[in-house]
Amino acid sequence: MEFLLEISYLVATVFFIICLKMLSSPETARKGNVIGGIGMAMAVVATMFLYKSPEGKTVGNYIWIIAAMAVGTVTGLLSAKKVKMTAMPQMVAIFNGMGGACSALIGLVEFPGSLDDPSKTVGLSAIFASIIVGSVTFSGSLIAYAKLNGNIKKDIRLPYYNVLNTLLIIVILGLMVCLLLHNIDNPPPWIYLLTVISLIYGVLFVFPIGGADMPVVIAWLNSLSGIAAMFAGYIYGNLGMIVCGILVGASGIILTVAMCNAMNRSLVNVFFTAFGGGGGRGSGSTITDKTVKEISMSDSAVLLYYSKSVVMVPGYGLAVAQAQHALHELETLLEKNGVDVTYAIHPVAGRMPGHMNVLLAEAKVEYDKLIEMDTINPRFPNTDVVIVVGANDVVNPAANTDPSSPIYGMPILEVNKAGKVIVIKRSMAAGYAGIENHLFYDTKTSMLFGDAKKVISGLAEEVKKF
Amino acid sequence: MESAMNFFIENRDAVFIFVLAVFVGFEVIGHVPSILHTPLMSGSNALSGICIIGGIIVMGTASGDDIAAMILGFFAVVFGTYNVVGGFVVTDRMLEMFKKKPKEGKSKK
Repeated sequence: MEFLLEISYLVATVFFIICLKMLSSPETARKGNVIGGIGMAMAVVATMFLYKSPEGKTVGNYIWIIAAMAVGTVTGLLSAKKVKMTAMPQMVAIFNGMGGACSALIGLVEFPGSLDDPSKTVGLSAIFASIIVGSVTFSGSLIAYAKLNGNIKKDIRLPYYNVLNTLLIIVILGLMVCLLLHNIDNPPPWIYLLTVISLIYGVLFVFPIGGADMPVVIAWLNSLSGIAAMFAGYIYGNLGMIVCGILVGASGIILTVAMCNAMNRSLVNVFFTAFGGGGGRGSGSTITDKTVKEISMSDSAVLLYYSKSVVMVPGYGLAVAQAQHALHELETLLEKNGVDVTYAIHPVAGRMPGHMNVLLAEAKVEYDKLIEMDTINPRFPNTDVVIVVGANDVVNPAANTDPSSPIYGMPILEVNKAGKVIVIKRSMAAGYAGIENHLFYDTKTSMLFGDAKKVISGLAEEVKKF
Repeated sequence: MESAMNFFIENRDAVFIFVLAVFVGFEVIGHVPSILHTPLMSGSNALSGICIIGGIIVMGTASGDDIAAMILGFFAVVFGTYNVVGGFVVTDRMLEMFKKKPKEGKSKK
């Protein structure tokens, strides 16, 4: 029995690795996802029917387990089927939170059995770690959800929040060490206190992080949910859980680092410095004596129609205006007239890593038209026209040229190297980071003011007339 | 120091597995194109629902009259299943959109 169980875990683990491997190429990704699902089903079924605890207990209470799984399946299916692609970051935040909660609950149920046995120090530390990391993931994800969903609009910063958060970590770790060394009589209340402090820490940790840094937070929470699962795995010495948790943790860390690089900020900087709110960041040089140039809808259409190559630069503003479909229509029309159209995607466009790609894919844009920053940047000098829709900071040349700018050093899409730039924008308001954009005042740049969806549909209508 | 060394010797297998798995994780995912970042995240997110196994063990081995364990375990399984099922389904939904291949003759490698 035990042999079969372990073999199932081994096979499931191999499936998980294949799943992740296949997820890294568009051709195989969908199949990879299914393989991951099969691996998971295998691990679950094997546990239900083959598991035996060290005391020789087999799994019972089938009715309740199946009932719980039914509830989880139905709610999971409903939310996964219903969620809009623009709301994907919130959805992933919730999934992260649930995973974290699951690990924390496991720890909470398991600790009473391990307390009296001093030989179980390893198991006990795994229990505490899974409670702590699970709770932080859970409450942090809920706050991330509320922020992404617009329930919390402000980045709430308590006074000295950095000091406060650091203190909380010290308290959490101290409490854990005391509990491990059996220095505390009657531990259960203290363990609940540990849980509560961890939950509070999760909340305070995500509260001050600004909206522009959300992709980093989501990736980080994703990593934490994996680490929580790993600790839960150590409670049982369950290799399937341990390895799977580590894989997720590692992938989350890779994405976190990728996001940080894309913003030229260190992890420490994201977590401990509120964006645009102090931390010694200047506001960049302001522009007073320059004016912007406007362009009319029909002139823009002519310009696009007679160019050889056009690059679209979409930002989150595009998704807010629901203009992806209109943009795809314009792209198709231009392509039909022999214009080469591609999309330039900045790594942090959107509210989570890769979000913009999903939004455009939903509008049926072919994925080989979505070009990454490093590939597209050398192509800008040979591009006739760039259309910037709903993006701002990621095309701000100040990141390359102005050392006093808060975003100096951030890799950007170098659209100012193209022949002409049309910026579609509602008004002259600054972007997410609240910084003036020098691109708008460039002589190559023309502004086309209006709602993104209306403007792009209008452009498409104009192009149709030719 | 000695206790740390003893810890390592006693848990040698666990430490090896940890280190190797970290490397596998980094290697396997290291070169994901940014186009797939979101599906990768929701997919690996679904995998983190592996903690459902722990939930099943908790519930399955709890005696029926241990109400607290049963209730907490119940929620652990609900949350874990929600994470797994939702994660895989939503990833599939996204990847389905990516699947649409471009026009003929324009395939990339």
